[in-house]
Amino acid sequence: MLCEIVDHHGGEATSLLQVLIDVQMRFRCVPAGVMTFLAEILHLPRTQIQAVVEFYSFLSVTSTGRFDVRFSDSVTDQLLGSRDLATRLCQRLGVKLGETRADDAVSVHLTSCTGLSDQGPAALVNGQVLTRLDGDRIVQMADFIDQEIDLDAWPKAWFRVEDQVQLEGLLLAEELPLGACLERAGTLDAVGIISEIDRSGLRGRGGAGFKTAVKWRFCYEGAEGTLPGDPSITRYVVCNADEGEPGTFKDRVLLSRNAHDVFEGMTVCARAIGALRGFLYLRGEYRYLLDTLLKVLEARRSRGLLGRNILGVEGFDFNIEIHLGAGAYICGEESALIESLEGKPGHPRNRPPYPVTCGYLGQPTVVNNVETFVAAARIMAFGADWFLSEGTAQSTGTKMLSVSGDCERPGIYEVPFGTPVSVVMHRCGADDPMGVQVGGPSGTFIGKAEFERILGFEDLSTGGSMMVFSQARDVVAIARGFTHFFAHESCGFCTPCRVGTSLLRQLIDKIAEGHGTPHDLVEMTQLAAIVKNASHCGLGQTAANPLMQTLERFPERYQERLKTTLFEPGFDLDGALEVSRQMTGRADAKAHLTQVG
Amino acid sequence: MLTIDGVVLSFEAGQTIMEAATAAGVYLPHLCHHPEFKPHGSCKLCTVKVNGRFASACTLPAAEGQEVLSETLELRQLRVRITQMLFVEGNHFCPSCEQSGDCKLQATAYALGMLDSHFPHFFPARRVDASHPDILLDLDRCILCELCVRASRDMDGKSVFGIAGRGMESHLVVDAESGALVDTVIEVSDRAVKICPVGAILIKRTAYEKPIGQRLYDHHPIQAVLLQADQGGGSCDQ
Repeated sequence: MLCEIVDHHGGEATSLLQVLIDVQMRFRCVPAGVMTFLAEILHLPRTQIQAVVEFYSFLSVTSTGRFDVRFSDSVTDQLLGSRDLATRLCQRLGVKLGETRADDAVSVHLTSCTGLSDQGPAALVNGQVLTRLDGDRIVQMADFIDQEIDLDAWPKAWFRVEDQVQLEGLLLAEELPLGACLERAGTLDAVGIISEIDRSGLRGRGGAGFKTAVKWRFCYEGAEGTLPGDPSITRYVVCNADEGEPGTFKDRVLLSRNAHDVFEGMTVCARAIGALRGFLYLRGEYRYLLDTLLKVLEARRSRGLLGRNILGVEGFDFNIEIHLGAGAYICGEESALIESLEGKPGHPRNRPPYPVTCGYLGQPTVVNNVETFVAAARIMAFGADWFLSEGTAQSTGTKMLSVSGDCERPGIYEVPFGTPVSVVMHRCGADDPMGVQVGGPSGTFIGKAEFERILGFEDLSTGGSMMVFSQARDVVAIARGFTHFFAHESCGFCTPCRVGTSLLRQLIDKIAEGHGTPHDLVEMTQLAAIVKNASHCGLGQTAANPLMQTLERFPERYQERLKTTLFEPGFDLDGALEVSRQMTGRADAKAHLTQVG
Repeated sequence: MLTIDGVVLSFEAGQTIMEAATAAGVYLPHLCHHPEFKPHGSCKLCTVKVNGRFASACTLPAAEGQEVLSETLELRQLRVRITQMLFVEGNHFCPSCEQSGDCKLQATAYALGMLDSHFPHFFPARRVDASHPDILLDLDRCILCELCVRASRDMDGKSVFGIAGRGMESHLVVDAESGALVDTVIEVSDRAVKICPVGAILIKRTAYEKPIGQRLYDHHPIQAVLLQADQGGGSCDQ
């Protein structure tokens, strides 16, 4: 059985994560004995196997039970009562959150945003997606689980995922005829393809906004001392479909309704840089899309749009594999993603060098976002001028937004760059919002005074996530939720992020629970600067943003939470005695401490 | 040429800022850096400002015209805080630790002028593995520098050690199904055993051969010791 799984994935060391994902799916765990076996059969140190199992949230050394349930714990899910639903399910099943029931029937966990913010509360059960959960469904779920009823027999409606496209633009409105992009690209050489992309002004759509043509050109040129386009150098195309930034789900929709465009864009990139192999790195939370995506790849092969001699062009060979993630936000960072593709934990690399010269297996690699490839495919087919018809000089084209939270019409909005936030608010039916988290927690939290700011790289950058919060929401609780997210997702490689994000979490918990003092706010601000300045990658560098940005814009919300004393202990004095009280069997008044002030 | 705090230094092509500084006798605090290994970049103690931007001196390539700042108030404070983060993350009880006086973490803290741990302590439940007859693992003190991981893999050719887990749950693991060091192929003579900068990996029954007060950093600040070692004056592994 294990040998079959290993063989199915090709037996290479780089397939380790894919093998482990299958083992987890089959056996609900990766036990110690299996780790030893895999180390031998893949010729890897056992410590690496263990490192990978313990790094990714969806892998487990101990069994997660016949039903592995994970509730999406994004701030938007929380605002819809997801935690209460999780608690109720745990109660009905007689299981503690984060644990597996003694009879191995079920485990219930919280998991980071699953990318279904517009149709939450959402959950994953055995890798499949449940949307729009409510109290009634929770009761039924508990019954199904206790009666051991297979997922196949659960109501189909529970698993329904809707695209909810509310506003179409350049990418969504027109259909791209199959192969149209590649036919045009086939008439151009590498330089020609790259210059068309360059002319379009396309910038990465994952959030960072790096000029796509420059990335492709650097990769085509290769490392210093090599000849541009040298065919003896192996190059790779990688599509980043990790979409882990909370509140982002636009790539999910693109993969659902525009998969051909994604693969066509990857193929034209391969043509430009001279790559023979490409990877789609698909986050584990989107595993439900895997079968459909594999069928799309198969369809493309049978039509000569993928594989050998694409469109009949001799030597135009390119193939795409799909690699799954397993629950780690950091793997959306391009160098951590590459580490994951190589079968390792997702630790970001030291840069320079950058992936374009030293990427997958040390080779020149282009890593681009799903939406970037969709845009690139259309630019090749319809021309750079078509793309330039929308947007601004610095941010050409459109941006797909995924809007969720307190609004009437959550879903996908494709707007030209340069659109003010207020227009999006009006469109989605957000009535007098208190604030909007633009670009997820690693982006910018803006208040009402900033709603005329425009979406674009020159002002509000975003990968697409827009979470709307009404006046009724508690901004401190929102910032707290995001701070917990970063602490949970820190990869652990560097000191300031690994320890700093947990220290920030402790501080905001202290303040949110009413034990904070003015001194704590000063502490938090100083700590935030250290985490931001010394961290190894973007996660640590932006982890303190939610706290600092909400503090800047809503100082009174923090001030009103503070005690007036100068100092408050960082822990609950009376609570710290609980273990002693239990051990000595005492509950009398003298076994308690009152905190003065 | 580049400058560090206004002092002009030359460098060789391919060197990092750390390497250029060390060669020129300029000390940049570090814990995970070791001249016999490729740049690692995890402890972040060597954080400097290069042309106005924060960077790790141990991984950033030296380049013509770089203006590097190291001894600014801001950076000294940042380094103290990072050291304090390491102290509160583990269980570092210097008064009762075998490594006291020979410990790079402790000596760095002294060099940086660290007087307290500043942050609330996490008091994590960390393992002690005394299974091996000659080697003790006390993970209370592990600072996740990965020197033992790299030494075992790249020098001893064994891969005895690794780091598993994510975030604050990161921890040192060994290459054995039982999880016990005695079941690995480690030997006392391995480089990995002597390379630990703190008291996490100890050779049993040797801890007090040198009395407290006569240890490496009792009379020499870490700046002087490291510069001598890193410049090729011999290893200062324990």
